[in-house]
Amino acid sequence: MVGNEPGRPEGQVQVNRAFHHPAILETRQALGEMTLIADPARIADLCRHLKDSENFVRLSSLTAVDWHPAEPRFEVVYHLHSVDPIGRLRVKCAVGGGSPEIDSVTGVWRCSNWYEREVFDLFGIRFRNHPNLVRILMPIDWEGHPLRKDYPVHGYKYDYGQRKD
Amino acid sequence: MSDVKHPFDDHVATIPAAQETPAGPAAPRRMTLNMGPQHPSTHGVLRIVIELEGEIIVKAEPDIGFLHTGIEKQCEAINWAQVVTLTDRVDYLSNLANNLVYALTVEKLLQMEIPPKAQWMRVMLAELDRLNSHLVWLGTHALDIGAMSMFFYCFREREDILRLKEMFSGQRMMTSYIRPGGLALEPPRGWEKAVGKFIRAFPSKVDEYESLLDSNPIWKIRTQGVGFISIEDMLDLGVTGPMIRAAGIPLDVRKTEPYSSYEKFDFIVPTRTENDVYSRYRVRMEEMRQSARIVVQAMEGMPEGAITADAPHVVLPDREKMKTQMESLIYHFKIVTEGYRVPAGEAYQAVESPRGEIAYYAVSNGTSKPYRLYMRTPSFGNLIALPTLLEGTLIADSIASLGSMDFVLGDTDR
Repeated sequence: MVGNEPGRPEGQVQVNRAFHHPAILETRQALGEMTLIADPARIADLCRHLKDSENFVRLSSLTAVDWHPAEPRFEVVYHLHSVDPIGRLRVKCAVGGGSPEIDSVTGVWRCSNWYEREVFDLFGIRFRNHPNLVRILMPIDWEGHPLRKDYPVHGYKYDYGQRKD
Repeated sequence: MSDVKHPFDDHVATIPAAQETPAGPAAPRRMTLNMGPQHPSTHGVLRIVIELEGEIIVKAEPDIGFLHTGIEKQCEAINWAQVVTLTDRVDYLSNLANNLVYALTVEKLLQMEIPPKAQWMRVMLAELDRLNSHLVWLGTHALDIGAMSMFFYCFREREDILRLKEMFSGQRMMTSYIRPGGLALEPPRGWEKAVGKFIRAFPSKVDEYESLLDSNPIWKIRTQGVGFISIEDMLDLGVTGPMIRAAGIPLDVRKTEPYSSYEKFDFIVPTRTENDVYSRYRVRMEEMRQSARIVVQAMEGMPEGAITADAPHVVLPDREKMKTQMESLIYHFKIVTEGYRVPAGEAYQAVESPRGEIAYYAVSNGTSKPYRLYMRTPSFGNLIALPTLLEGTLIADSIASLGSMDFVLGDTDR
C-alpha cells in the first residue's frame, strides 16, 4: 500500500531538464508542457535513447495531426511517460505528405504496434519495419484514411442527406 | 464491394488459417476458434481469433473496430462546447471521467481557473462514477465466471448511483455534467442528503460482496493464479489502471499528477503483488472503499461559492440573467451560434479513469472548433496486452483473464 504523500506538485508533472541528442532539432515549452521537435529520419534512435538513458519507460500514446494543405503535411506525435520520477514529454516529427513514411518504434515500446496501426489506418502514414501494418479500426477493405483533413466527415461511400427519388 | 483487388487483401490473413500439420500421431493439431464479436463474455463487440493446441491458447489475435464511430473525426466538425456530448459516448460506463478529462484539456488551453466548489464537485462525481464502473465490472465479471447472484447485488447499488446522476444532471448515463468552465447546472437541492445516505451505507455493501465471493471456493479456484503477465511486459505494452496496480506498481494519475484538487484528499492507492485475476479483483474492491472515502470527504468539506469560472465568453449564462441583462443575452447568442474560440496551441491531459490512464490531446488553431482531438483511451491501451495475457493459458481461463482487464469496447474503438 502506498501512503498519502504530501507535498506532491499539483497538475501534470512535466520534465524540466534539457535533453541532448543529435536527433533533437528544437525544444519548445508551452502551457507547462515540453515538446521536442525531432528529425524523422532518426526517430527510432531518439526514442531508444529516451527510453534507455532518460527513463521514459512508457509510451502513453502515439498519434498524428494533419496540417493539410501545409507542407510537411503530417506531424507524428509521441507522448512519453516516465514512471520514476514521474514526468511527461512530447516528441513531434514532421512527415511530408507525398508518400508519408516514418520509422516504426515497435522495437522500443511494443505497445506502439497498435498505435502505429491506428495512425496508418486513419492517416495513411506508413511505418517502416512495422511487423503487421494493417488497418485496425476501419474495415480491412476500406478506401481512404478518415482522419485526413481532405476526407469528408460523411465519407465518400454513402450520400448522406441527398434524396435519391 | 468492388471487384478491384485491394492492396490489403493479402493481409486479410492477419488471422491465418489453421496450419497444415503433417499427418502423424505426434504432430499437434491446431484449431482456430473464433470468439466473438457476439460472445457475451467479451463485454461488447470484441472478436478474438484464438489458435488452440488442445486446450492451450498458442495465439490470440484481437480484432477490434466493430464499434468505431469516428468520434475523433466528428469532433473536428463541431465546436468546442458541443464536443462534451461526444465524450460521454466514448466510455459509456464512466462518462464523467471523460467529461472531466475533456474539460481539463480545454481549460488548460484556455488557461482558466476553476472555482473550488466546482473542483470538489467534480472529484465527488468522478468517484461516484468510479463506483458505478467498478460495480458493473464486478457484476459482469462474476457473472462470466459463474457467480450469478453478484450481478443483482451490484446492479442494485449501481441503480442508486444512476439515480444520483439523474438527480444532478437530468440524465442517467450521458450526463455531460462536467463542462469546460465548470459544471453544467447548480447541484440540486438536497443532494447532500441523497449522496450521504448512499455513501454511508456503501462500505458495508462492499463487505457484502466480499463475503459472497471470498467464501466461494469456485471463485477462488477460477481466479487465483490465473491471468499472469509480467511487470516488464505491462510497462512495455502500456498497461495502466488496476491491472498494473495489481502487479505492485502504484501508478495512479490521481496521486502521481494530481488534478482537480485531488492532492487535498486523503486516500491510498491500493496495490497487490500477486498479479493475477484475483488480485485485480482485490485492488478494485479496495478502490471502491477508497472512492467512498473520497466522496465522504468531498461532501463534508464542500466549499461554498460558484460552480463555474468567471468567464462569460465560455460558460453559458444563467437563464435568469439572460432575461434581464443584455450582455448575458449576447454571450449566450455567441456561444450557442458560433461557439467560443480557444487560443492556438496544444495540450495533453491525463486523468485516472476506472480503467486506467485516459488522456486527451487537443490541438487548436485558434478557431471555435477543435483542429484535432485525440483520445488516448485506457481500454485500447490495455487491450494491446491481450495476446500476451492469453497466450500459453488454458482456453477455460480466458474468460476470467478477459474480464479482469475491464475494457469497454466503445472506449476501445471510439
